[in-house]
Order: sequence, then C-alpha cells, then structure tokens
Amino acid sequence: MWLPELPPFMPFMIIALFVFFSRGPLVTVLMLAAPLWGALNLWQLEQGLLWQVTLVDLQLMPLRVDKLSTFFGYLFHLASFFCIVYALHVRDKVQQLACLLYTAAALGAVFSGDLLSLFIFWEMMALSSVFLIWARRSADSYASGLRYLAYQVISGLLLLLGTLFYWQEHGSLAFTYMSLQGTGAWLIFFAFGIKCAFPMLHTWLTDGYPNATASGTVFLSAFTTKVAVYGLARGFPGSEILIYIGAVMTCFPIFYAVIENDLRQVLAYSLINQLGFMVVGIGIGTELALNGAVAHAFNDVLFKGLLFMSMGAVLQMTGRINGSELGGLYKTMPKTTLLCLVGAASISAFPLFNGFVSKSMVMTAALNQGHEWIWLALLFASAGVFHHAGIKIPYFAFFAHDSGIRSQDPPNNMLLAMVIAATLCLAIGIYPNLLYQLLPFTSAYQPYDVSHVLAQTQLLCFAALAFLWLNLKGLYPPELPSVNLDVDWFYRRLLANVWSKLSNIIWQTDQHIRQVFLAKLKQLLALVAKYHRPSGILARAQTVGNMALWIAILLACSLGLSFIGL
Amino acid sequence: MIAQLPILQVIVPLLAAPCCLLVGRSKLLWFFALLASAMTFVISLVLLQQVQESGTIHYSLGGWSAPFGIEYRIDLLNAYLLLIVSSITSIILLTAHASITAELNENKHKLFYVVFLLCLAGMLGIIATGDAFNLFVFLEISALSSYTLIALGQKRQALTAAFRYLLVGTLGASFILIGIGLMYMVTGTLNMFDLSERLPQVEESRTVVTAFSFLILGVCLKLALFPLHWWLPNAYAYAPSVVSALLAATATKVAIYILLRFIFTVFGGEFSFTTLPLQEILSVLGIAGVLTASVMAIYQQNVKQLFAYSSVAQIAYMMLALAMNSTNGLIATLLHLFNHALMKGALFLALAGVMYRLGSVELTQFAGLGKRMPWTMAAIVIGGLSLIGLPLTVGFISKWYLLRAALENGWWPLAIFILLGSLLAVVYVWRIVETAYFSPAKAGHNQIKEAPLRLLLPTWILVLANLYFGCDASFTIAVTELTAQALLGGAP
Repeated sequence: MWLPELPPFMPFMIIALFVFFSRGPLVTVLMLAAPLWGALNLWQLEQGLLWQVTLVDLQLMPLRVDKLSTFFGYLFHLASFFCIVYALHVRDKVQQLACLLYTAAALGAVFSGDLLSLFIFWEMMALSSVFLIWARRSADSYASGLRYLAYQVISGLLLLLGTLFYWQEHGSLAFTYMSLQGTGAWLIFFAFGIKCAFPMLHTWLTDGYPNATASGTVFLSAFTTKVAVYGLARGFPGSEILIYIGAVMTCFPIFYAVIENDLRQVLAYSLINQLGFMVVGIGIGTELALNGAVAHAFNDVLFKGLLFMSMGAVLQMTGRINGSELGGLYKTMPKTTLLCLVGAASISAFPLFNGFVSKSMVMTAALNQGHEWIWLALLFASAGVFHHAGIKIPYFAFFAHDSGIRSQDPPNNMLLAMVIAATLCLAIGIYPNLLYQLLPFTSAYQPYDVSHVLAQTQLLCFAALAFLWLNLKGLYPPELPSVNLDVDWFYRRLLANVWSKLSNIIWQTDQHIRQVFLAKLKQLLALVAKYHRPSGILARAQTVGNMALWIAILLACSLGLSFIGL
Repeated sequence: MIAQLPILQVIVPLLAAPCCLLVGRSKLLWFFALLASAMTFVISLVLLQQVQESGTIHYSLGGWSAPFGIEYRIDLLNAYLLLIVSSITSIILLTAHASITAELNENKHKLFYVVFLLCLAGMLGIIATGDAFNLFVFLEISALSSYTLIALGQKRQALTAAFRYLLVGTLGASFILIGIGLMYMVTGTLNMFDLSERLPQVEESRTVVTAFSFLILGVCLKLALFPLHWWLPNAYAYAPSVVSALLAATATKVAIYILLRFIFTVFGGEFSFTTLPLQEILSVLGIAGVLTASVMAIYQQNVKQLFAYSSVAQIAYMMLALAMNSTNGLIATLLHLFNHALMKGALFLALAGVMYRLGSVELTQFAGLGKRMPWTMAAIVIGGLSLIGLPLTVGFISKWYLLRAALENGWWPLAIFILLGSLLAVVYVWRIVETAYFSPAKAGHNQIKEAPLRLLLPTWILVLANLYFGCDASFTIAVTELTAQALLGGAP
C-alpha cells in the first residue's frame, strides 16, 4: 500500500503536531485531512493483535483490531469528520488541538488490547477533552471543567486500581470479557460506569457538556460516553445488573429534561437516556441485543451530534440557549430548523429515521428474553424522548412564541456538517443494511415489519397528541414533569402538588444533609489547615529542644517495644 | 590503577578540596571542581561495571588486611549508590557557576567549592567504606560541610537553619556513634563484615538491641523521617539553590544507604524484622509521614519549602517500601532512591533558574511565569508529574513497585494511603501550575527572561532522564533486582 500502516490514533497525533506549528488555511486542510487519512489507515489494517510491547514485566497490546473495535473506529472517524467540518470556522488553536488529541485518545482506547494502555488513553481523553470546556473561557466553564476533570480523573484512578487488582487476581492485563467477580472487575466496572453516566454518577455530563463551546459539545457528545459503552460491551456483556441500571438511565433523565430550560442541557439529559438503551442492550447480552446496543451507539452519535450541532448553531447565532428566551427562529433560520427536525425525528425513532432501526433491536431483544417490565420502561422512555427531545427542543427554539430574534442561518461549514449527519440519519433509516453489515455479529433482523412500525407510530402519535392537547389547553407549564394522557386534570394537579411537596421535603433533607456534611468537611479542613499551615504546630519551626524530645520519645518507644518482644 | 579505584573514588574529591584554595578565579575553580566530580563519576561507572562482571571488590586501606585495617568493600549496592551520587552531583555542579554568581558574594566562591567537594568526598566515603567507624567519620565530614553550605545562604535565616541543623545533626551523629560504640563493646570489631558474623551470636543481649535502636534512630534523624524532619524544610529553603539541589537529590539517599546497610547486612534482615519491631515503627511513621508532609506541602508559600516537605513525604514512601521486608519492597526503595534523585534534582535545578531570574521562589512570584520562562516551568511540570507518579515518568515505576509490594503483602489499606498521597501530590503540584500558567503576570515581571542555557541544560538533562528511565527502566530494574536479592540473601 502507498500509506504506512499505523495505529489508528497516530494519524491524529501526527496531524496535531503539524497543526501546532502551522497557521492560516493550512490548518483547515490539515484538520480535514486527519479523519480521511485515519479512515484510510484503518481500512488497511488487518484483524488481530498487531502490536505488542513489553514494559517492565507487563505484556501490553496497544493495538488490537477486531470487528467490535473496527466498528467503533469507523464511527469515531465519521464523527470526527463532521465535527471538524462543523468547527472549521473556529480559529482557536486550543480547541483545534484538543479535538484532534481527544479523537486520537478515543481511538487509542477502543483499539487497546490491554487494561494499562486503556488507562493511558482513558486519562488522555480526560485531559484533552476538558480543554473543550475551558475553551469557552468563562468563570462558569472553568469551574465546570474542573468538576468534569475531577470526575474523569477519579474514573481513571478507579480503572488503574481495578487494573492492579485484576492483574493480581488473574495475572493478565488482557482486556477481554470479565465476569463481575472480584474487586478488580468491580472497580473497572465503576470506572466505566462513571464515564457511561450511570445514575448518581452522571452529573459531570449534564454539568460539563452545556458549558463547553458550541462545537466542543458536539465532540464531547460523540466520544467519551461511547468509549464507555464500548468498554462495557467488551468487558461486561450479559451482566444482569446492567439491564436495571440501563432501565433507570432511560427513565430518570426524562423528568429533568422536561423541566430544564437550557436546551443543550436538555440534550445532555437525553444523551443519558439514549445511553440507557445501549446499557440495557449490553446487559441483555444476546447477539441481537449487543448488535442493537452498538448500532444505537452509532446512530446516537449521528442524531445527537446533529441536535447538538443545531443547538450550537442557535447559540452561535443568537448568543442564547435558554428555551424561555428563544422562539420563532424558523422564520430566519429555516435550514437549521429543518435539519433540527430531522435530528428530532431520528432521536424519537420515527420509522424511516435511523433511531428506529436500532432502538427496536434493543426492545425486541428485551421482549425475546422475557424482560416485560424492562420493555415497558423502555417504551415509557421512548415516549419521554419524543416529548423532550423530539418536540420540546425544536418547538421552544424555532417555534413557540416569537422572541423577536432575527438571526440568519449559520455559516456554510456548519450547515454542511449538519447536512452530512442528517443525510446519514435518513440513509440508515431507509437502508438499515448499510449499518447492519458493519455490526460485530451477523444478524437477520428486520426492523420494518407491521408490529414494530405500528407500535412505534402509535406511541409517537399519542405522545404528540398529549403535547398538543396540553399546549392548546394552556396546561403546559415548563415545570410539569408528566405528559400522561389518561390522567385527569385533578389527579394531575394533585400529583403535581404531592410531587412538589415531596420533592420539596426531599430537597430540603438533601440540602440539610449536604450542609451538615459540608460544615463537617469545612471543620475538618480547617483542623487540617490549622495544624499543617506554615504557622501550624506541625510545620512551625520547632525548637531544638522539641526535636531532641521527639527523638527521645521514639527511642523510648523503640526500646520499650523491643524489650517487650525479647 | 584499576585496583586502586575504590579509594580513588573518595580521595579525588577529598584532595581536590584543599587544592581549590590554590586556584584563583571563580570560573577556574568551577572548572576544577567539575573536573574532580566528573572523575568520580567516571570511576563510579567503571566500578559498577567491574562489580557487575566480577562481583564484590575488596580493598584494604594501606595494605592492612581487614580486621586490623580499614577495608573498602564495593558490592552492587555500593556501586549503584556511588553512581547515583557522583552522577547527580556532577550534573548539579554544572549549574553551580551561574547559580552562585547570582546568589553568593564573590569572596565566598572559594569556600563554596572547597566545602562542596568535601561534602561530596564525605558522601562517597560513607558509601565506599566497609568499616563502621570510618563510616561515622565520613558522615561527620559530609554533615559539617553541609552545615557550612547551608549557612552560605543569602538570607539571615540561613544561619539559624544551619545552626539548628548542626545541633540536631550532631545529636543524630552521637546516636549513631553510641550505636557503633555499643556494637564494638559486644563484638570487639568495627568491620561491617565481621560485625555481621559476630552479632548473631550475641543477638539476645540487650546491648545489641539498644545499639540497634540508637543507630537506626540516629540515621532516621539524618534522613528526616517524620517526625524527626523539622530541621529539613528550613535548611533546604534557605540554602543556596545549588546546595538545596545537592542535599535533596543526594544527601538523604546516602542516609538511606546507611539504613539499608545496617538493617540488612550488619544486623541481618531476620534479626531486624523479627526480633525487633522495626516493621511496625517504620510503617506507622511512613504512613504518617506521607500524609502529613504532603498536606504540609500543600500549605507552603515558598516553593523550595513546598518541595522540601514533598521530599519528607517521598522519604516516607521509601521507608514504607523498606518496611515491607520483601524483594519487591526493597526494589521499590532502591528504585525510588534513584528516581527521587532524578525528580528532585530536576525540580531544584529548575528552581535555581527561577531564583537566578527573580531572586525569590515565593509562590506568588510564579504568577505568569509559564509564558516568561516556558522551559523552566515545563521542567517543573514534568518533574511534578513524576512526583505524582504518572505513567511514562520514573515516578510511576517506583510507585508501581511500591503498590505491587503492598498488594503482595496483603496490605490493602496501605495501597489506598499511597494513592491518597499521590492525590495530595497532585494538589501541591497543581498549585504551582495554576499560579504559573493561569494567573496574570505581576506588574514588574514583563522583563523576565528565560533562565540562561547554563542552568537550563543540566535541568533538562535530568528532566529527560526522568522520562527516559520512565519509559525504559530495564537498567535500573536489573540493578535493583540483583541488589535487593543480595541484601535479602544476607550476603555482605
């Protein structure tokens, strides 16, 4: 071949090095070249363990190519391509370098054959991605980036600790299927869980992503969580606990997404919800379910990227992102509106859009394995997605009341990136085999049969009806967390009241516990500071007499202990 | 000539020191001192090679054979330590001229080089000798010269710091002397090899136990084991920058060598760890040292002092590894000896660069230095990452072995404390990074330039060594593995 075969992360690193030293239009060319070169390079690679290193006495395999990693490899190249196109107008070296290195790290992680290389790329992802948040250069984003970094670093440390334990238990660092037994596997599981935004561990995502730059969020949404999904699919397929975690992940963000005003934060919650579908698929662990999970990861990158791009365009052009401040933009941003609607339809899993062909795989797998309750939870979540991502996002941004903002459509490169993503959304929705042939397992699954299409269409129609009815009656306060049609007015009012009281109590208790805890923490820190400050008793310059006293005390202890032993 | 290498190693700097008095100009003096220390470096390289090829080297001083005369005995541990001390000292000495021109009066330069070489001779002597009393003599030579070196510092606090170090150091030395005296009393010999053969016969006696306690505590004071560390931060902070680098990178390593030699060779690992509560004492003090010193480092305003406390913490790591009493534990100690010398050498030399340009190493002065002195700050960042123990730096290699040893012994809580220590290191390194890269530069600092090449080059030699030995540790690991096995095997 006319190109050298490199590990997939190398093209991006090399380009990053060149970008660092170049100026002007050359940077644009280089940035565009990175994913193309990378994809060509990946296409050349054969399957197998291509690169092995021995560090100290550890066997490392930084390059393992198989169907699963190749699938994610292509996905990441595709994602980085449209993200880079979207960000072409950005003239910020920090962001350009961060996104190249971030992509490189994500690629390195999915092609790592052992846990230690995975850890190195894991940390590299954390360190490079945080600059996409900091690049917004506001006090908020700095603080939020620090919180984000803290979570990511803790995840990395857990992974390292887990790796150590796992190595001690199994004597091998190979990253293959691990059953959830032993401390090592659990620690690794939690490390993945943090990056995958498991419930209670998810706050970094909803806190960090909305605070990144317009184009940074698109990158962020594509890689970190998908690497975690890859990790779970590789390491823990078929772990039953994942089914329940995934089900909770699909349902709980809906409530937050409905009451949230910042539209990019709504999307962040909806990202967790989509991850839930993948996690459920991995938890079920049959071939169909795993195919569904990774296929959904693929589709999620496309439609979530598209939605984040459209919201990024709104933010870029209007400078606002809160639902209450936007509205009526369809008059002056018709193209963005249309593209956003494609993304909304895809995420809501309309037939003929790509969300449909993968989501139904996971749900069919759940039914096949007899998880009826989980299926119901997923159904509920689907309705919720349609409500908050499919309707709320486009409605509040582009329609609703006219906010009087008259911004134009964004620059051509941003539109082009969105068109690429939207075209792929439609293409995969119409010809699902495009995607299916890439999947790690061969499957004869057919998404378009009567029951699937009918069930999904019904669900969507009724969810839309609910929204419409609520809106016409003026009963749609943005804080209301429910859209059930069969619940009457009083009951909803009552529920809302009970809910608000209950949440009030929970909130207050939670606040109280936090306050007490914070107070204790402050006391502890004050105590530590008191003794360790330069003027504190431990760090103060001691008199010679005191030092002599200490050595005398130690001598006494040592002699005493020795003589007891003798 | 080759046969005389063990003594030449010590004699060269010892004789070069008074010869300095004959040389006139400061630059020539520097050249001369550099030559002497480079010679010790070459000798130590040859010695290491010889030991690796043909085993332990014996050398009888003045032709008097062992029990009567003084014997020099170079085994793998000695050769390894000699190499560390002579190489790091040579690299540090490279910066000396630039650094002391900025920090010392012209008339003190001669004194500086004389005492510096004496200190080097003392340290090399401690390592090379096989005689317990001779060791004490060299210990005093190196200690007295380091008091003088510290007292050369610009600020008046340097005098108090040196005086306090003098008092405490003398206390430690007398403890060591008492220990050696007691051993002589029961065995009638001062040769370490003879001691190791005769001590087991009398190990039940309380005199031996008392000797052991005095000796170990004396050495612990010298190496600043928590809570005997109070002399160290001020001594490092107020000494001239080159001296801080020398003390941080080499002096404590020599004290740890004494500890290893006495625990494993003279008294024997079995006696030290089973008859006596050494494991409990060292592990408790080690954990306390790691945590307390790291936290104290976080609160320091003076960066030299910050790294001084970090040194106390790193020494505590070595003691923890030592307390494991296993092969991997010892490997961790020995690796960290070398690795810590590399990191602290690099860090303190980088601080010498800051001192050269700013005349102060207060943390507030670092504001905006990331742009003004990019190479110096990059050196501090890499050295800091190494302190934290990030993969691809030397710090990772020794932490990895330390964790392995802890897990092998089944000391889970210890592994957590070690990781917690790393997190604390992240905090104190981050404080410097935050100030240097994220704070706006101070008003008067617009004219600050990068440190001169004479300072940067040696700093970056050490920084690159940090990275090189972090990626390819096969040399250090091969040497330390053999050394650890030899020590645990009880062979002298």
